[in-house]
Amino acid sequence: MMSVETEIRFKLNGREVSLKVPVAMKTLAMLRDKLGMTGTKYACGEGECGACTVEVDGRTVNSCLMYAVDCDGRELVTIEGLRTPEGLHPVQQAFVDHGAVQCGFCMPGMIMQAKNLIENNPGLTREEAQRGLEGNLCRCTGYTKVLDAVEAVVSGKSCGSRP
Amino acid sequence: MQETATASPTVKETLIGQRVRKPDAPDKATGKTRYINDMVLPQMLIGKVLFAGRPHARIVRIDTGAAQKLPGVHAVLTGKDVAELRFGFVRDNVALKDKVRCEHDEIAAVAAETEEIACRALELIEVEYEDLPGVFSPEAGAREDAPQIHDRFPGNKSLAFEFRHGDLAAAEAASELIVDNVFRPHHVTHCCMGTSCAIADFDHNGKLTIWTQTQYPYNYKMDLAPALGIHPGDIRVIQPPVGGAFGSKLDVYPYEPIAALLARKTGRPVKVMYSREEEFKASPTRQAAIIHMRTGCTRDGVLTFRTADVLLDNGAYTSWGPTIPVIMMRTTSGHYRVPVVDFKAQAIYTNNPYAGSFRGYGNVQTTWATAQQMDMLAEMVDIDPLEFHLKNAQRSGEVTPQRSFLRECALVECLETAATASDYSRKRKEYAALRDAPGRYKKGIGLASSIHNAGGAKIHKSDGIGTILKMDDYARVTVITGASEIGQGIDAVITLIVAEELGVPLEHVTLVNNDSDVAPWDVGVHASRTTFIAGNGTRRAARKAKAQILNAAAKMLEESPEDLDLRAGSVVRNTDGAALIKLERVLRQMHFQAEPELVMVTDYYEPKSEPEGAAHVSDHSAAYSHAVHIAEITVDTLTGEIKVDKVTVAQDVGRVINRMGLEGQIEGGLAIGLGYALSEDMRIENGMLKNACFRDYKLITAPEMPPLDLHFIESHCAEGPYGAKGISELPTIVIAPAIANALYNATGVRIFDPPMSPEKVARAIFERCAPAGSGAVEPRLAGTAA
Ligand code: FES
Ligand code: FES
Repeated sequence: MMSVETEIRFKLNGREVSLKVPVAMKTLAMLRDKLGMTGTKYACGEGECGACTVEVDGRTVNSCLMYAVDCDGRELVTIEGLRTPEGLHPVQQAFVDHGAVQCGFCMPGMIMQAKNLIENNPGLTREEAQRGLEGNLCRCTGYTKVLDAVEAVVSGKSCGSRP
Repeated sequence: MQETATASPTVKETLIGQRVRKPDAPDKATGKTRYINDMVLPQMLIGKVLFAGRPHARIVRIDTGAAQKLPGVHAVLTGKDVAELRFGFVRDNVALKDKVRCEHDEIAAVAAETEEIACRALELIEVEYEDLPGVFSPEAGAREDAPQIHDRFPGNKSLAFEFRHGDLAAAEAASELIVDNVFRPHHVTHCCMGTSCAIADFDHNGKLTIWTQTQYPYNYKMDLAPALGIHPGDIRVIQPPVGGAFGSKLDVYPYEPIAALLARKTGRPVKVMYSREEEFKASPTRQAAIIHMRTGCTRDGVLTFRTADVLLDNGAYTSWGPTIPVIMMRTTSGHYRVPVVDFKAQAIYTNNPYAGSFRGYGNVQTTWATAQQMDMLAEMVDIDPLEFHLKNAQRSGEVTPQRSFLRECALVECLETAATASDYSRKRKEYAALRDAPGRYKKGIGLASSIHNAGGAKIHKSDGIGTILKMDDYARVTVITGASEIGQGIDAVITLIVAEELGVPLEHVTLVNNDSDVAPWDVGVHASRTTFIAGNGTRRAARKAKAQILNAAAKMLEESPEDLDLRAGSVVRNTDGAALIKLERVLRQMHFQAEPELVMVTDYYEPKSEPEGAAHVSDHSAAYSHAVHIAEITVDTLTGEIKVDKVTVAQDVGRVINRMGLEGQIEGGLAIGLGYALSEDMRIENGMLKNACFRDYKLITAPEMPPLDLHFIESHCAEGPYGAKGISELPTIVIAPAIANALYNATGVRIFDPPMSPEKVARAIFERCAPAGSGAVEPRLAGTAA
């Protein structure tokens, strides 16, 4: 009943992937259960929290809503794809340095969304960042340090915290 | 010349009060951290629970035959399998039920090879119910003819608490002004971003390993064991990283024994993880209550008495929720100088979801009442609320009627600091004067404060912590501690303290705190206690290690240990800071010398506090602390929407340890309080939750978070680590009544049942303006003046 599968090919964090997925499977389940990429989180499965945010062709989507078959021919970037051999992505580093990470469960989605906002909005203001992150729920931080981190990336400041 | 050549400064640079990153942040920011929700074990089965989906019913028939036969299903369990395995404070709960007492009662459970098969199997289970009349409020449950929920608890009576102090009749007679209101704090829930999850596995000696999100690993064993009929000593608790807890993991909830029962039955590891909808329905709530509170004062504004008569909606089973009067009465009796107190609370079983503990634990509800009544009384006395608060504020050395000894009390400083920083008194007058002027948007400013335990709370026999600290030949330090990490940042605090004491880099400290077979006892993460208790434990252990090292180094160097210190990875001379020998070398020499020694120390720290006791007259915490919040808001009088423009916070933190973590706890705690105040509301109708999703249950989001102006008052607690106090609950406790008082300042209306949703606020404003036919609009003060 469940096993109508179809083959898809797409780019995941810069590498070509091809695999068979059930037609009813969502991208989040494909990433987590089929590919073992658990960086992207499930927290609602209904497009209401942003924990599952990934980039598809340069735009952020809630991967819990997107069918896996719709990844075919596209380019996906997940939280695992931001880091380079040189180290963390500047947005990841800023989140670490500014204490934006507490339990961290919302952070893969929050960081994907923040990175996308920063890249697409030169001179992003704090208010714009607040609005841009509205779809990403965090129960721990009150968003203040998240916004501090985003502001710091935009302005190129560092904050002098210790490792 | 020599000074520039040495790596060690002559004056010791302290880490206390600096900004230190969470050691686990890089892995969390890159998606590398394996949360419990991400874990998969070889051979692991998926467990799923069948919920009743009705509030009160007899189970007439249950047929699991078809589910058992479904290929891929390994076990199906029902109430029959666990009949006598009762658990919970009063043993009123069982993992799988034989009668339905609330919507999310667990009726059957399945273990299968995939989640899909498990869900299919649940659909195949046939249950026939006979619905019973339900009890959906504590008032209804207390009625004589109310349906009985548990046979063992006649009258639906759950826990009851009482505290009396002083001559109430005399105090009432001496009171020229009295406020008298009924407050109805509502049901909200934790909404941890990582949903509830447990993985259980039995070995063939009958020992259970459970991977869990628990925030109290040691008593957890004691509480879980009866649900399984095994000995607590046969349980190993492993705590992988979790997506938040906030008090929700301070008890055993049925999905945990269910995972274990399925694992025992199948001989394979079983994982149970909730969907968000299940999480909303089946995880604990904050305790809802009806608080009838009266506070009196003299014409000059001196408090004379406070009474609270509290009815708690116990829900269907007894977890931590109905125990919150322990803290409610401390606030009733200790929030300002209250000479006469009369507190009583009764929890009544209902067919509603049941409450657990939640950050702020009873004090959120009580402060909602006390802090509004302080504001009302100030107006009746006709003085500035700030002055009224100052007049009744305790000072260091005072003792409350319940014998909370306020050793270092900074309430006055908190009040003055917050009021000055926000220009409170001027704005309050100005906004009140504009209240009835034309215009749709009104500004308001409101002040609230509270008191909370800040050095643990001795509600168990022990409030202590065990710490083991060891160092290797490379001067790397491992701290093995009972202190759990649930996102709050005790990892950074412990690392900081070790680095401070032993002069090692922060990144050379490793923490082992997630395995009950390895780490020693701790009560758990609750009661704002972990920085205080684990901070002290860590510091004591580190100081023992330091003494051992300096003694050994002194012998090697032919110096006296008192003249030596550890800084920047070396043993240094105190007087000039000169580095004498690398710490690594000292450790290796100690290890390999003729009479070898290793640095591995243990410590058990028990705070100087008294057990709570049945009479509730005890100094139950090693420290107490205050916070003041001043909220500035804009109210849209047409829609009733409240926009919080700014919050000024002044909190007695004792001493700042990790400044960045402290700010983060206050910001995050305040956000939870904002949701409580403004938008979060479990819509429970006849026992059924109507809004089990984030679209309909609204958390605070980034655009709603106001700018915060944080002021840390350092009262230097003698018992606290470096002077620190516990901090993490007050931010959640104080904000809601600060907004309520601001709403009154802006519009002249008061809301007694949170949240202050647009509908409620708009209706209250409309009602206040309704008798406009009579001409002037009287500011309406709810409550009665005597
Ligand atoms: S899990 Fe996709 S939006 Fe919540
Ligand atoms: S850091 Fe815990 S939910 Fe955001």
